[in-house]
Amino acid sequence: MAELIQIASDEDRDTFYLNMGPQHPSTHGVLRLRLHLKGERILSAEPIIGYSHRAHEKMAENRNYIQFLPNPSRVDYLSGMIYSIGYCQAIEKAIGLEVPERAEYIRVICNELNRISSHLLWFGTFLLDLGGVTPFLYCFDDREKILDLLDLVSGSRLTYCYGRFGGLVNDVTDDFLEGTARFCTAFRERLREYDRLVTQNVIFRNRTIGVGVMRPELAQQFGITGPCLRAMGMARDVRRDEPYGIYDRFEFDIPTRTASDCFDRYLVRIAEMEQSMRIVEQALAKLPDGPIMAKKIPRKIAPAKGEYYFAVESARGHFGMFIVSDGSEIPYRIHLRTPSFANLSTMRTVLPGTLLADTVSILGSIDIVLPEIDR
Amino acid sequence: MTPRTFNDIFGNPYLAVLAATTVIMGYLTVNALMIIWMERKVAARMQRRLGPTERGKFGLLQSIYDMGKLIGKELITPTHVNKGLYLAAPVLVFAPVLALCSLIPVSQSWVFHDYDIALVLLLAFSGLAVIGIFSAGWGSNNKYSLMGAVRSVSQTIAYEIPLILSALAVVMMAKELNLYQIVAKQEGLWNIVLQPVAAVIFLISATAETNRAPFDIPEAESELIGGFHTEYSGMRFGLFFFAEYSNMIIACSLATVLFLGGWHGPLLPGILWFFIKVYALIFVMMWFRWTFPRIRFDQLLSFSWLVLTPIAIANLFVTAVVSKLV
Repeated sequence: MAELIQIASDEDRDTFYLNMGPQHPSTHGVLRLRLHLKGERILSAEPIIGYSHRAHEKMAENRNYIQFLPNPSRVDYLSGMIYSIGYCQAIEKAIGLEVPERAEYIRVICNELNRISSHLLWFGTFLLDLGGVTPFLYCFDDREKILDLLDLVSGSRLTYCYGRFGGLVNDVTDDFLEGTARFCTAFRERLREYDRLVTQNVIFRNRTIGVGVMRPELAQQFGITGPCLRAMGMARDVRRDEPYGIYDRFEFDIPTRTASDCFDRYLVRIAEMEQSMRIVEQALAKLPDGPIMAKKIPRKIAPAKGEYYFAVESARGHFGMFIVSDGSEIPYRIHLRTPSFANLSTMRTVLPGTLLADTVSILGSIDIVLPEIDR
Repeated sequence: MTPRTFNDIFGNPYLAVLAATTVIMGYLTVNALMIIWMERKVAARMQRRLGPTERGKFGLLQSIYDMGKLIGKELITPTHVNKGLYLAAPVLVFAPVLALCSLIPVSQSWVFHDYDIALVLLLAFSGLAVIGIFSAGWGSNNKYSLMGAVRSVSQTIAYEIPLILSALAVVMMAKELNLYQIVAKQEGLWNIVLQPVAAVIFLISATAETNRAPFDIPEAESELIGGFHTEYSGMRFGLFFFAEYSNMIIACSLATVLFLGGWHGPLLPGILWFFIKVYALIFVMMWFRWTFPRIRFDQLLSFSWLVLTPIAIANLFVTAVVSKLV
């Protein structure tokens, strides 16, 4: 902090401070970056957060477990399905509730569709940050199809509340299953189109290759997870490392790259979309018949006194829920460990030395969601 | 063969200037509005949207409505600005455009002003616009605007040189600075056939000179919000916007005159050919804009100094040697 507050002395009259945000087109919401610049070169950077703090963790302490159910999907509105189902799974594990097979498969399908839609939005906004407007609209076109599908089953398009303790609220319809299968076929073709439009573009490559390299030791210092970590060459993924739900039944690869620059983070996410589709297709093929809710659900959801930790792989990385229960219906404390918060913290180390234009591409490449950072 | 000018028609030079200004204003306005509409339609087409459809047939009147909206907006002058520079900037940006436009030979029988050194004047006036942009950036007293202005100046300097060098190759071949004569000499064989390298360099530099994507770093909305015009509202912003599109018309007209044989073409009347070529080039510029991401500032400069300028110089050298031998 000390070096940031220091007022420019006479010797460095050619440096200045720039407040990037909280209202800025490329800070993805209400992030404020305090940049110390010399011309366009960044000398130091500090992310200042808290502009969209809504006290989700505090809310958890004032309501019972069921009442907190709509909250997780508002924490990260881009992978709301993963968060909300993840919360259900955490509570199910805490109270030892079995979920029917069919519900588990549908959960996986919805989670992976949500992951694709989140990556699609990231892809569009990342290109928008780099100045390419057209891919943004293509992505939204595809994303729209996913939102329609999820709308069909869950009734909402962004902040889902589809999971229940012990299963799901609705069964899927044939429309959904057919639509999902159709989407997977069509989307493979679209991915190839994106590849031709973006990956091969020389300007795009010049702006991303070698830009925003995160050194591997940062991963340990800051707890980087998700695609940012996999772009460093570390094949860590909660779905594989500590399989939750029924993820251990599916075959999928964990795409990794080694250079850890913006381009690699881009490639990792593109490859992840393909892997997600593989999972969706396997789940569609194996989807069993049966109930979607567990038979016996306790009237009172109250985990035994103790501490519980449960993690899922969100589109941005390791999302963990640390639940402290005092044995009552109201959680004593729920701490949400969100991936973007850790990933964003690296900016103080990664940004200095880069150009202002790189700030935008680096920020874009780590895929931050501000409400998830502020919670 | 000499073209008709306003002087011939009106006899009186003062009257001619007045008439020419009016006509050019009208010419630019109509074309700029058309291009704005076209840009929105082309962008929509490339992005699988419809674009404007509501106002007029195919949304043709949309730009006029937009213009009306901009005129109706309040002109906000922030308190922290340097008032003189801030207010002068939109005018300074737009004024050279008028002068520039008057020099373009539109058809065989029509040019606003026929000068022997038209090309020199054109290149000189086109350099003036950057003063307006810089005063906008400096006068706004805003860090983003200032950075946009600084970027704009270095970009203009960097791209003016390959632009002039590539135009010079044409001048060497035509042995003429009069644009009308340059076009007249292209009958049968357009310069683009003889000077393909210069034509490509010219188009790239012209895109950069007009601050169009992928070279739109002075405005770069994802980095600098609006760049030099961040602090402007209403028609003051409208003038910057208008100047950008007018500059596009001029850059494409000049490219048509220098490389695509101006009004030459079979069957159709000359003026139609001229506009077909200009609009084809404008379409290419739009195509660039909606396909490419933005180039980074340092890469933009090194692309000019390390790639375009050496190639342009080499091209000039080859042109000189060849035209000496032939």
